[in-house]
Amino acid sequence: MSIQGDLLHTVTADNISDRRRRLGKAMVWGSAALCAGLAIWQMAYETGRVSVGFETWRPVLYAYVLWAFALCAAQVIVNGEKGKRTLFVLPAALFVISLVVFPLLFALYISFTDWNLASPNGPQPNGWDNMVQMWNDAFYWNALKNMVYYVLAVSVEYVIAFGLALLLNAQIRARKFFRVVFLLPLMLSPVAVSWMIGKSMLEVRFGPVSRLIREMGFEPSFFGNPETARFMIMAMDAWTFIPFMMIMLLAGLQALPSEVIEASKVDGASGWQSFKEVIFPLMLPVSVTAVVIRIIFKLKLADVIINVTSGGPGGATDSVTSFIFREYRDRSNVGYGTLLAMVYLVLIVIFVTLLLKLVSRWMERPA
Amino acid sequence: MSAVFKDHEGDTRAKTKWWASRVAIYAALITWAIICLFPIFWTITTSFKLAPDVMRGNLIPWWDFTPRWKGWESIGISPRLIGEVSTVREEFLKRFWNSTVIAVSASLLAVILGSLAAYGLSRFNYRFGFMRNSDISFFFLSQMILPPVVLALPFLVLYKSLALLDSRIGLILLYTLMVLPIVIWIMRDQFQGIPVELEEAALVDGLGIWGAFFQIVLPIALPGMVAAFILSLVLCWNEYFFAALLTATNATTLPVMVASQTGSQGINWWSMAALSSAAILPLVIVAIFLEKYIIKGMAAGAVK
Repeated sequence: MSIQGDLLHTVTADNISDRRRRLGKAMVWGSAALCAGLAIWQMAYETGRVSVGFETWRPVLYAYVLWAFALCAAQVIVNGEKGKRTLFVLPAALFVISLVVFPLLFALYISFTDWNLASPNGPQPNGWDNMVQMWNDAFYWNALKNMVYYVLAVSVEYVIAFGLALLLNAQIRARKFFRVVFLLPLMLSPVAVSWMIGKSMLEVRFGPVSRLIREMGFEPSFFGNPETARFMIMAMDAWTFIPFMMIMLLAGLQALPSEVIEASKVDGASGWQSFKEVIFPLMLPVSVTAVVIRIIFKLKLADVIINVTSGGPGGATDSVTSFIFREYRDRSNVGYGTLLAMVYLVLIVIFVTLLLKLVSRWMERPA
Repeated sequence: MSAVFKDHEGDTRAKTKWWASRVAIYAALITWAIICLFPIFWTITTSFKLAPDVMRGNLIPWWDFTPRWKGWESIGISPRLIGEVSTVREEFLKRFWNSTVIAVSASLLAVILGSLAAYGLSRFNYRFGFMRNSDISFFFLSQMILPPVVLALPFLVLYKSLALLDSRIGLILLYTLMVLPIVIWIMRDQFQGIPVELEEAALVDGLGIWGAFFQIVLPIALPGMVAAFILSLVLCWNEYFFAALLTATNATTLPVMVASQTGSQGINWWSMAALSSAAILPLVIVAIFLEKYIIKGMAAGAVK
């Protein structure tokens, strides 16, 4: 349906002279040449072939920005009214391409080098060495395995979030108060949360939670053994992000057609029946969206782990991101770390694509 | 009605059932409210405690401990120190200012770029090579799955050679990139809800497409833009990973400052609590007053 044409039709009678067209082309190619020229010169300077050069690559960056602006301006100069339309999308597209595609290509290069920031030699290509090292790196596989657990924890978060959304959607007083309170954890930075909860409330000697557990006659130990430590990380992450799913589900609940639910009541369905047969099926598309987005966020999980356990005990709580973070922080292994990150990216892309394929049939509202 | 059937057995049973469900609902609500609020309450009260209060596990201010300003004095903010020159306060304010500048500019930039792109994609048909509208949308939204760790190391090296390491601009660019897909996601939904007839009328009246966008569409879409802005603000303010890797002294943000304290000072509870409170308070206030927009932003796209 989208192929038919613009939603917003414009009739234009552009008379673009040849001079104007040439001017636009000259702007783009001129600035591109300037940028390329500067880059080549700087490259030559860094490799020692030219004695005069700039301290940093900054001037190349400026030339690049100039080129980007020239490209945007040239759209209007060369294409007239059609160019004005392109101008809506072009800045964002250029921005993303220059900040994602180039660094990714660069990352691909450094992931096949032995680059260690501490070594004076700079990057030396080392073929598949990093790959072999990764294959034998038990800690990386362990981190990947942990990611599976972390992603599975989303299902529990989903159940709690759905429950809370139902509660907020019920006939209650002070709804706004509860909504604000339930939203608050999402506002807090994971770093602050890791101190507030991980390091102080769960502190073994004086933390209030430890005290409570000791009152009940147990000996508190939150980050001592692998299972509880992982559970604690999951709980902290869940605490911050449950509001996110809750709000999406609440929006879904409020958009449900009330006639259908009333009809199910008239037909004599009990609360549980109307939930199972009516509300839940109608909510499936929203649920799937919320869960998928939550999983995508979960795959980036790192802040809490870095700050509370730094992966310990024995790598039991490590996520891939926190593991690579330490690989860089402690060992300055840029080359190897980047390869791990690229492999992770490939795995994520495959996983998310499969996930989207799998859930796409639930995304449509049942008739 | 109830007066007539009060003594009917089925009626009283329904009534007890109704009361039981009320009690259950409110019990659940209050339990979760406590779970949400207690860590915040704990942090704020701890910032007014002294060492013995922490060790004794005192909880309620004025009742079992006397609030003191000691924690806040460690970042130079207390009634006694507020008039004096204080290096710790300057340090804290510098970080605070960094966080504010970076979060606000990145969100602003993302909202501008994202709204334009979302508007274009919802109104016109593009063809960049093989890419059509749906492909371009997918290209933007797919950035959401890009884990930060993939970009972190290349950016470290790139920024080093561009002399952008430890600079605010470097972080602003990255944060803009990070929230751009979310802004486009929200704004596309907003623009699709605005009828095209409005712009057609404006075009008939002699405005260009950009004129129609700025004078007709923008004012209508403003609430959505505010929602996208606030959501981006929250994400940028809380971001830790890039800030920890790419800044060292000048451009450090608040989360990095909070994280760097934990190791160095042992358990200096009161000062950590004060610092954490100061780091979370701006967003807690935002949440309380602008809750409507945050919810609007997150609900966009979830419900079609």
